[in-house]
Amino acid sequence: MDLRFTPEENSFRDTVRQFFTAEIPQPIRAKVADGRPLAREDIVTSQRILNRRGWAVPHWPREWGGQDWSPVQRYIFTEELQQNAVPQPLGFNVSMVGPVIAAFGTQEQKERFLPRAANLDDWWCQGFSEPGAGSDLAGLRTSAKRDGNEWVVNGQKTWTTLAQYADWIFCLVRTDPAARKQQGISFLLIDMRSPGVTVRPIVTIDGGREVNEVFLDEVRVPLENLVGEENKGWDCAKYLLGHERTGIARVGLSKLRVRRIKELARQMPSGDGTVWDDIEFRKKVASLEIELKALEITQLRVVSNERHRQGNKPDPASSILKIRGSEIQQATTELLLEMVGPYALPYREAVEGSNEPPVGPDWADTAAPTYFNWRKTTIYGGSNEIQRNIVAKAILGL
Amino acid sequence: MDFDLTDEQRLLADSVGRLMGDAYGSLEKRRAHAAEPHGWSERVWAQYAELGLLGLPFAERHGGFGGGAVELMIVMEAFGRGLALEPYLATVVLGGGLLRLAGSEAKQARLVPRVADGSLKLAFAHGEAQARYDLDDVATTARRAGDGWRLDGAKSVVLHGDCADLLVVSARTGGERRDRDGITLFLVEAGVPGVSRRGYPTQDGQRAAEILLEGVELTPDAVLGPVGGAAAPIRLAVDAALAALSAEAVGAMDALHALTLEYLKTRKQFGVTIGSFQVLQHRAVDMVVAIEQARSMAMYATMMAGTPEGHAAVAGAKVQVNRSARFVGQQSIQLHGGIGMTMEYLAGHYFKRLTIIESLFGDTEHHLREVTASGGLLGDLPSGSGLAK
Repeated sequence: MDLRFTPEENSFRDTVRQFFTAEIPQPIRAKVADGRPLAREDIVTSQRILNRRGWAVPHWPREWGGQDWSPVQRYIFTEELQQNAVPQPLGFNVSMVGPVIAAFGTQEQKERFLPRAANLDDWWCQGFSEPGAGSDLAGLRTSAKRDGNEWVVNGQKTWTTLAQYADWIFCLVRTDPAARKQQGISFLLIDMRSPGVTVRPIVTIDGGREVNEVFLDEVRVPLENLVGEENKGWDCAKYLLGHERTGIARVGLSKLRVRRIKELARQMPSGDGTVWDDIEFRKKVASLEIELKALEITQLRVVSNERHRQGNKPDPASSILKIRGSEIQQATTELLLEMVGPYALPYREAVEGSNEPPVGPDWADTAAPTYFNWRKTTIYGGSNEIQRNIVAKAILGL
Repeated sequence: MDFDLTDEQRLLADSVGRLMGDAYGSLEKRRAHAAEPHGWSERVWAQYAELGLLGLPFAERHGGFGGGAVELMIVMEAFGRGLALEPYLATVVLGGGLLRLAGSEAKQARLVPRVADGSLKLAFAHGEAQARYDLDDVATTARRAGDGWRLDGAKSVVLHGDCADLLVVSARTGGERRDRDGITLFLVEAGVPGVSRRGYPTQDGQRAAEILLEGVELTPDAVLGPVGGAAAPIRLAVDAALAALSAEAVGAMDALHALTLEYLKTRKQFGVTIGSFQVLQHRAVDMVVAIEQARSMAMYATMMAGTPEGHAAVAGAKVQVNRSARFVGQQSIQLHGGIGMTMEYLAGHYFKRLTIIESLFGDTEHHLREVTASGGLLGDLPSGSGLAK
């Protein structure tokens, strides 16, 4: 039992940190640190820089651009990425559709889609949730019927993150309406430019436009866009949900947030001094740091344990990481909101090129929207209540 | 970076676990041990000695087994599971820790074999009525008397102070009452003139004592470590004890959760097991989450104690362990319902031990202040990150 990283692991950490700070444009990282929405180009630029270095998809199979990294190296990479406010490579590409195509796709599909997904030449979005299928994902109703050498797709997807930027959507569709719930579902790749695809924004409580409804109306999709076997799409979905768990707690991101709160609290005036002079505030920060340290060590335990694990079965411990990780992320946004105080009030329209001067410190206006927006973290990716159901069943046998 | 136990450590965990199963394992056995003269079992103590547990953290050249913090963690976790009553923390971790940290080669060579064979029990007589959790607050005085020393003062809530053969007493040889400098440790035979002890049971079924020191005459050889410089070894020994208590709490929480889970799976109401109710399932999961966070921090404390950032790490661990202990303890009583409130059921005894551990050597608020004063556990934005404002 030893907390120390090996000299090789430490030098790996130095190498990636050095690369992130030197190569990823500072203005992009500052946006991430400030909690400002990124433009499509920011995400593309950042991912392509990583991809040129071979680091956009380190966890993919070697022949498709992956690295032979140990679980510890992957952990270090993700932590440094988050701590240095580098935009995460687009999860829909690198953690979702990519691994599914690599595992279930045909050689032709792999050649066609994987390099473009890694380089973000194609922007993917996720067509899983539906108005009637949230936590109960298998209740989805979007249908695909075979017609000649095409599927004809009808239905509606929702909560589709950044669909407005997407070139492609990977969908779960019902291909056998007679089959029982999880059976009869297939995994289908749909070109967003196909006739019959309509994207409608959903404005979230922070005023952001991040998620969308996607309507599919008589959309014709070539048969060869099916991934895996017909009616076996649930296997793809399960695989996808079990993939790449080490980043789920987003410890690096929360560390960045807490350190920024400490730094900004020393600048935020309060009475004769700053917010940081208040011992009660500092105790709240320390308390959160303790919770975050506990999460970090828990994550390291899971990472360290990975070498003893077989296969790709999701570790039920990742549910615990999800629960605590999301709660702590939310706690960081609450603390930021508290620190900013009255300057959390002004609402600044997120208009590119707006010349309106900020009210208060120029980093204060994102505190409230970030807090509002981050309520999503305990809902998405399987709500925390669903995670508790998983732990109750898989670990406790209840 | 790894969290694996070595084969030897796994072996140790197995054998202490087995010993706990035999020696405790039921509330009746524990009650029988508690009814013995000292409030714990001499026979079980002898088994600890046989297994090498009493000499565990001492150097081999002094007659110990050369174990480290991880070995102590393993043992304490097992004791937590078994709800052991013996004065292990007082003798081996606190008294023994001070002996290791401050004692000369000669003292260790003389005393360690007696600790290891079970014949010498130690206690750390440090706390005082006014001190609360401030380790530097020492009013007991030691004045030069001839070429020796003369001790006067009162020590309060000394863990297992009633059964100890040898007391490690802190006393002020210089400075003001709350100064860091000027504290000295003395080894005091419990039976010498001027030492009077009043032992009593504690809420968790263990024992403690009030110790009065009135003109206790000591030879120069009674001094343990540097005169006036005991604050540092005291801090380190208490940090090691906090790491050990964290591990004990994790063991107790594990056992208490298992007990609660068993109850959820067997107790029937409304024609079904109560574990089928989602609200209780989620509560049980939240207990697991709390325990895993505590386990992580107990490991963190174990690995960090004694390093330059060790104190903040240990304090942070105590905060987490305390919070988890309170949640798990309270919820286990709640989930058991009425039976959890009774003295004849095991759950309440775990709950009580966890509650006492919370307050030992600093409660949650105290340690949160310690972490705050140290600047936190995460540090600041790295310079050169390009993200500072």
